[in-house]
Amino acid sequence: MTHDATAKLRAINFNVHYGEKHALHDITLEVRPNKVAALIGPSGCGKSTFLRSINRMNDVIEGVKTSGSIEIDGVNVYDSYVDVVELRKRVGMVFQKSIPFPKSIYENVAFGLRLAGNTAKSELDEIVEQSLKRAALWGEVSDRLDKSAMGLSGGQQQRLCIARAIAVNPEILLMDEPCSALDPISTAKIEELIEDLKSSYTIIIVTHNMQQAARVSDVTGFFYMGRLVEMDRTRTIFTSPAQKETEDYITGRFG
Amino acid sequence: MQLQDKRLFRKKRPRYGEIAIEWSIRVVSSVSILVIVLIFLFVFREAAGIFNSATEAGSTLQTIEAETAGKSEIHTSDNDDLKPEIYNPDSGIETGEAPPANLLPDLQVATTEASGKSEIHTSDDDDLKPEIYNPDSGEEAVESLISDISDKPLQPSKSIWQNLAGENWQPISEEPKFGVTPLIIGTVKTTFTAIAIAAPLGILAAMYVALFAHRRLREIIKPFIEILAGFPSVVIGFFCLMTVASILQDTFGFDYRLNSIVGGLGLAITVVPIIFTITEDALSAVPKSYREAALALGATEWEAAFRLMLPAAMPGVIAAVLLGIGRAFGETMIALMATGNAPLAEWNLAAPARTLAATIGAEMGEVIWGSTHYGVLFFLGALLFLVSFAINLLTEVFVRRRLAKKFQGS
Ligand SMILES: Nc1ncnc2c1ncn2[C@@H]1O[C@H](COP(=O)(O)OP(=O)(O)OP(=O)(O)O)[C@@H](O)[C@H]1O
Ligand SMILES: [Mg+2]
Repeated sequence: MTHDATAKLRAINFNVHYGEKHALHDITLEVRPNKVAALIGPSGCGKSTFLRSINRMNDVIEGVKTSGSIEIDGVNVYDSYVDVVELRKRVGMVFQKSIPFPKSIYENVAFGLRLAGNTAKSELDEIVEQSLKRAALWGEVSDRLDKSAMGLSGGQQQRLCIARAIAVNPEILLMDEPCSALDPISTAKIEELIEDLKSSYTIIIVTHNMQQAARVSDVTGFFYMGRLVEMDRTRTIFTSPAQKETEDYITGRFG
Repeated sequence: MQLQDKRLFRKKRPRYGEIAIEWSIRVVSSVSILVIVLIFLFVFREAAGIFNSATEAGSTLQTIEAETAGKSEIHTSDNDDLKPEIYNPDSGIETGEAPPANLLPDLQVATTEASGKSEIHTSDDDDLKPEIYNPDSGEEAVESLISDISDKPLQPSKSIWQNLAGENWQPISEEPKFGVTPLIIGTVKTTFTAIAIAAPLGILAAMYVALFAHRRLREIIKPFIEILAGFPSVVIGFFCLMTVASILQDTFGFDYRLNSIVGGLGLAITVVPIIFTITEDALSAVPKSYREAALALGATEWEAAFRLMLPAAMPGVIAAVLLGIGRAFGETMIALMATGNAPLAEWNLAAPARTLAATIGAEMGEVIWGSTHYGVLFFLGALLFLVSFAINLLTEVFVRRRLAKKFQGS
């Protein structure tokens, strides 16, 4: 394994077991800063498991064991001295199903900030506005920030979740099928957003949509049966993949 | 083949079994609803007696007498057989000769009772009457009886309202005092103590069980606390009376061994399971994904619980507390045994207290049937009912509508 000093995220021989089930086998990959990495692969191949391993969300599931390492800026997040809470503040996550909190739109975005002990009203106002603008939602909600977030449409809710995640200014943004429940217009907005966010974050996105992976990502990794089959520049993966399985998958021959 | 199927489809088969079950359910439920309504009406009517007997009787006497006579004649003719059985096994006065008011010794009795009657029958209550009494014609008889029975001519020096507003509860004395203030203070004191202890305990326990405990631990704790809800309150009362009271007095050096803190503690034992159960349900109903999303934002487990899960379950939590208040408010046995039962108009928590429910429980057994004291006890019952009704209404309107909107969005 060559150690590329410029990698933002690096997994080295990373394994995950759910009890008896060996969900991830020796995953080794790296993502450079300010890049978008897409993870593709058939259902159940371990994409979400890998994503959740990066911010250690798998810790909350009983019976999960990991081995190997995942490094962010050269620090193994599974080291015993790592504070999981701090880690999660640095690694934002957007879930497949949007999960707006039953609070006002404003309070949703401010949630992470308040956790970080940020309570100055003017500062909150500013960051909330900024985050909503970056998530391309400000125009639609600026006049009803104090209304419940549950009243937003599905696409708006997902953008709200993105705004909530970026409000705490993470370094890495993990997105697990963020568009799977959205219409094409909302999807287009979020893809645009990913393009914008790239300048400040390193983004890892799981998607079942090949076109989406091709459109938004710089590098693409193909997962199959808990293994990373190959990872390369997106263009390479989609035009001349090295592995037969990858080609079969992206051309739709299985999965 | 197809044709046959169509014919089958057209042929309607009556389902007698289901119809029978449906009807029996209907009948049973309407009977139980009716019974509940009648109980409430009975309580309110008994309570109303005290206000009627206190009104001035004088100029209206004659007309009333006439009326009373008329009325009871009607009733007695219909319901003579019913009366003694149901309401007055021990007094054989009214077998029809009571109504005639020309007997002088009876005049005073008649005065009070007649005034009572006049209120009910002639004035604005006329429109209510049919609803209330008609379903069961026996009730009419009951009513005439109740007023007949008022055994002592009560001529209070002050009005019953003034009496009720007084600071003393001395129902058995030369000049009975029915001041409910000390009872209300006692009820509020003990209820407050009970909720102040039970709400934090119940809510925290529910949070622990719903959000933190391992599944196995939850399966032990949950039924255990729920069993506590069905624990006989007399046992809890006895326990408080004998053990808790002594421990508390030794620890804090209370002047009175039994006081509203001991009582409140006993009530809390019954209230905790209520608050726990409902809060736990409310918290379990909050999607688990909220917790994950909060953790992913860098919340600790406790932050996720307090800042997200608990607020999301808030309508349920408030409903739980309100129901707990209702329980503490209406609980009789523990209040009777552990509060010291002295009707003091004192806000000091370390002083004995007497609650509304305990007063009814303690005095209803010895009260003279139909007396003012009897009416006042029913008045307390009506008060209890009204407050718990108001609490339920509050739960319904405020919590379900307003809070749910606030926390869960429109
Ligand atoms: N909590 C869990 N407990 C046990 N096994 C799990 C758990 N979560 C996932 N798995 C297993 O791990 C494997 C990988 O699951 P994962 O959710 O990572 O797949 P995925 O690639 O994200 O699939 P999808 O595209 O359907 O979301 C699956 O076989 C799944 O059954
Ligand atoms: Mg997945």
